[in-house]
Amino acid sequence: MIRSTWMQFRAQAVVATSGLLIVAVVMAITGPHLVHLYDANVSTCAAHDDCSTATSSFLQNDHALQVGLNVLAVVLPGIIGILWGAPLVARELETGTYRLAWTQSVTRTRWLAVKLGVVGLASMVVAGLFSLMVTWWFSPIDRVNMTVFATFDQRNIVAVGYAAFAFALGAAAGVFIRRTVPAIAATLVALVTTRLLDFFYVQPHLITPVRHSYSLALGTTISGYGGSNGAQASLFPGTPSLPNAWILSTDIVDKAGHSLTASVVNDLCPQLATVLGGPGPGAPQIQGGHVAAIGPAPAGANQVLQACVSKVGATYRELVSYQPPGHFWPLQWAELALYLGVALALAGTCAWWVRHRLS
Amino acid sequence: MTAVLEASSLGKRYGRRWALSDCTLSIPEGKVVGLVGPNGAGKTTLLHLGVGLLAPTSGSIEVLGGRPADGPAQLGRVGFVAQDAPTYAGLTVDKHLRLGAYLNPSWDDQVAHHRIEELGLDPSQRAGSLSGGQRAQLALTMAIAKRPELLLLDEPVASLDPLARREFLQTLMEVVAEQGVSVVLSSHLVADLERTCDYLVVLVASRVQLSGEIGGLLASHHRLSGPRRDPGSLPATQDVIEESHTERQTTLLVRTDDAILDPTWTVKPVTLEDLVLAYMGRARDTQPTRRSGLKVLR
Repeated sequence: MIRSTWMQFRAQAVVATSGLLIVAVVMAITGPHLVHLYDANVSTCAAHDDCSTATSSFLQNDHALQVGLNVLAVVLPGIIGILWGAPLVARELETGTYRLAWTQSVTRTRWLAVKLGVVGLASMVVAGLFSLMVTWWFSPIDRVNMTVFATFDQRNIVAVGYAAFAFALGAAAGVFIRRTVPAIAATLVALVTTRLLDFFYVQPHLITPVRHSYSLALGTTISGYGGSNGAQASLFPGTPSLPNAWILSTDIVDKAGHSLTASVVNDLCPQLATVLGGPGPGAPQIQGGHVAAIGPAPAGANQVLQACVSKVGATYRELVSYQPPGHFWPLQWAELALYLGVALALAGTCAWWVRHRLS
Repeated sequence: MTAVLEASSLGKRYGRRWALSDCTLSIPEGKVVGLVGPNGAGKTTLLHLGVGLLAPTSGSIEVLGGRPADGPAQLGRVGFVAQDAPTYAGLTVDKHLRLGAYLNPSWDDQVAHHRIEELGLDPSQRAGSLSGGQRAQLALTMAIAKRPELLLLDEPVASLDPLARREFLQTLMEVVAEQGVSVVLSSHLVADLERTCDYLVVLVASRVQLSGEIGGLLASHHRLSGPRRDPGSLPATQDVIEESHTERQTTLLVRTDDAILDPTWTVKPVTLEDLVLAYMGRARDTQPTRRSGLKVLR
């Protein structure tokens, strides 16, 4: 059964291997050069006291390739999974060859188990290898960027889980829908939806984030003063500088945990509204979006704002919830385990459906 | 006589539609059985149930004494060629044979390659570019080479031209002679069965209308023609299958194991086609009344 599955899968495997080889060649040509540039310019920049120029010019290297590889790293696990998963059973049902396959001396359950196993494993290997290659190539760039969570799903091991999930989802869609093209479309929609829901609601909380409170200071924990969409103006929390961390939320709260409101700000610092323009007809109109500062501040505004921040800071602090760099690998493993678990459950559903509902 | 396929009150429902309902039949061992019936009679459903592609909704079916598709051994004992002989369009003939070898422990590679050679098929040709007849032959080769005890063929020649049809049936006859395998083949073309089959099952709307050795069936049916008369006046041993009357003449198709003694009849033998059409016609005429009769009884 493994040999027959391999025989039918070989052409796709050859295509995937060639693709990986091409990427490997491109990376082998450009990668060492990036490492060399990093060693020559960035790692010694502290000695020359000119790090911002060195890093920004370093990050401009192979820019198109960086964008291309990052996009590919996002979509490849999904595409592999869909293109190999959706037709796996759907094509047999569509073309009628299931009547040939399921009447040989191999039970349907075993037939499906081996197919899912071999092709699923292959998609995980391809996605995993590609992700490792990308991780290696980007390592000097990521070291400079200091934003490891920005590329969390494009590096290291999570791609293996995404590929397994996309593959199992595709296979399941194929089994339910019984036609290849609609199954591919359905898988694509389901995959994008799942990944978005995961990114916003699941992934940030897979491991309990760290909460930390900072005293208020203008420029760091307070980014400015303003209102959005006609709301009363208030102080805006700033984003603290946490290299390689994933900041989930920032809020200004008192000891009881209540958020700072505009009316509290206006009570504590009444002169702020008169200097900068507060609520009322004279207030600057903010057109959509989340805007903190509008135009140049009037003279003396900074002192007023400074005074207000220290006044508010007597009772309020900034509360930041974030995933620290130390959570990167635990989160990678948790995400991988989550997707592998769901993939296994989907494979089980496929097996049940093929055995009981397609007969 | 042991049965290779035994169904009792077998039924298969798709949603609310019954593709086969309350079908009871027994097919003896060592025969080449023609399963005939109009479209929609349930032939394909019956064969799919027999090979385990489908599971019964009601009733039971036993094939070679076992439950269809109940494990690899049972699957290996039944060879199947589905309607239109599905093959993998992208795989070559040779790869199909390797597929068969990988998937069947009982695979006879020599038989397989010998057949392909005899048929003149190019092993490196993709199945997608084969003609319908060649594809059917390839599918049959795969079914034969796994050395089954029973071969189920679903409309194997329906889409073939007359020459391909004859070649296919010839191959089949050779296999039967060499391997002594039991065969059930469905068809709605009686002419195909005449040369190939020695046993006939007529299936109309899930019901077996007629079942038996073709020789015996032909010997026990007669076409009678004579002056017009009421078929009710015939001896009780003569079962009227079909009747037609003109103003002066009556023509009957009767079944009887006794000799026809009435000298007013001109007795002629019947052809297989006459027989099948007569039973199909009778089923069509009596089915609705019988159904409604059952309802009245309830």
